[in-house]
Amino acid sequence: MTTAGQSKSQLKRYLIIYFFILALSAVQFLFAYHHAEGAQLLARLLAVALIQAALGVMYFMHLAEERRSLFLTLIPATIFVLLMMNMIWSDSFRLLHMRP
Amino acid sequence: MSESNLNTGGHAATMEGSPYAIPSRKLTMWLFIISDAVTFGAILFAYGYLRTASTDWPDPFKFNPSIMNVMIMTFILITSSLTMLLAVDASKAGDKPRTMRWLGLTMLLGAIFAGLHIREWMGLIHEGVRMFQNPWGAPLFGATFFSITGLHLLHVISGIVALSVIARGFARGSLSAGHVESVGLYWHFVDVVWMFVVPLVYLVNIAR
Repeated sequence: MTTAGQSKSQLKRYLIIYFFILALSAVQFLFAYHHAEGAQLLARLLAVALIQAALGVMYFMHLAEERRSLFLTLIPATIFVLLMMNMIWSDSFRLLHMRP
Repeated sequence: MSESNLNTGGHAATMEGSPYAIPSRKLTMWLFIISDAVTFGAILFAYGYLRTASTDWPDPFKFNPSIMNVMIMTFILITSSLTMLLAVDASKAGDKPRTMRWLGLTMLLGAIFAGLHIREWMGLIHEGVRMFQNPWGAPLFGATFFSITGLHLLHVISGIVALSVIARGFARGSLSAGHVESVGLYWHFVDVVWMFVVPLVYLVNIAR
């Protein structure tokens, strides 16, 4: 059982992260309408999304409070697999330009 | 089953403790989450592949009503993650009524999200968007849009069902705070996926 003081500070932390994630979403909408297009827009949106995801995973899903071994088992492999999927882009551009 | 009985899980003392010091239930949920994350990643990459290879990808999402709707849906889903957090905390504190209230609010927010999403789908279908055709451009726009958002919507609806099962079990005393925590992990994951769906599916395709 947590004490009342611990609960309050925990709630404060949750609220700070919640409002920060909401603010980041607002930033994404601003980027889309005012500041960028094309590849630059995509890069900015993805960067913000990654920060939001990191906050969600570490603090909402409490991965930051778990053992380091759990983090090291789950996250690097996932990032590796997602990064490896980037090898498709050369074929996508080939299709775009209809190269043989 | 005692939450502290990590070593044996209620069986004879022949099993080793978890190297991560978490119950099997939680570890299984984490493993499922990373496999699901990679699945969504693959679908989003496939969508990116098709979009990049296309010269006439539609950009149909006007600020009103599409992007406004997406903003509201994003707010609702992120707020539901907060209510889920509070439900998990309440369950760990052993406060059943508070747990039920926060779980109920999470389910309600999830249902509102699903309703708004289905309404958006109906609007697009009314405008002529189908899986393999639309009035604007590349034929696969519909297939990618409905696949990605449909898979996410399926996860939201499944999550609502799972939350109701867990809530019922916790209220009866047959399920523990650990079960609430595990379903909470799933719910937060659904929210994290939406954080990528919004920019990649909606914000790069806004009508200018």
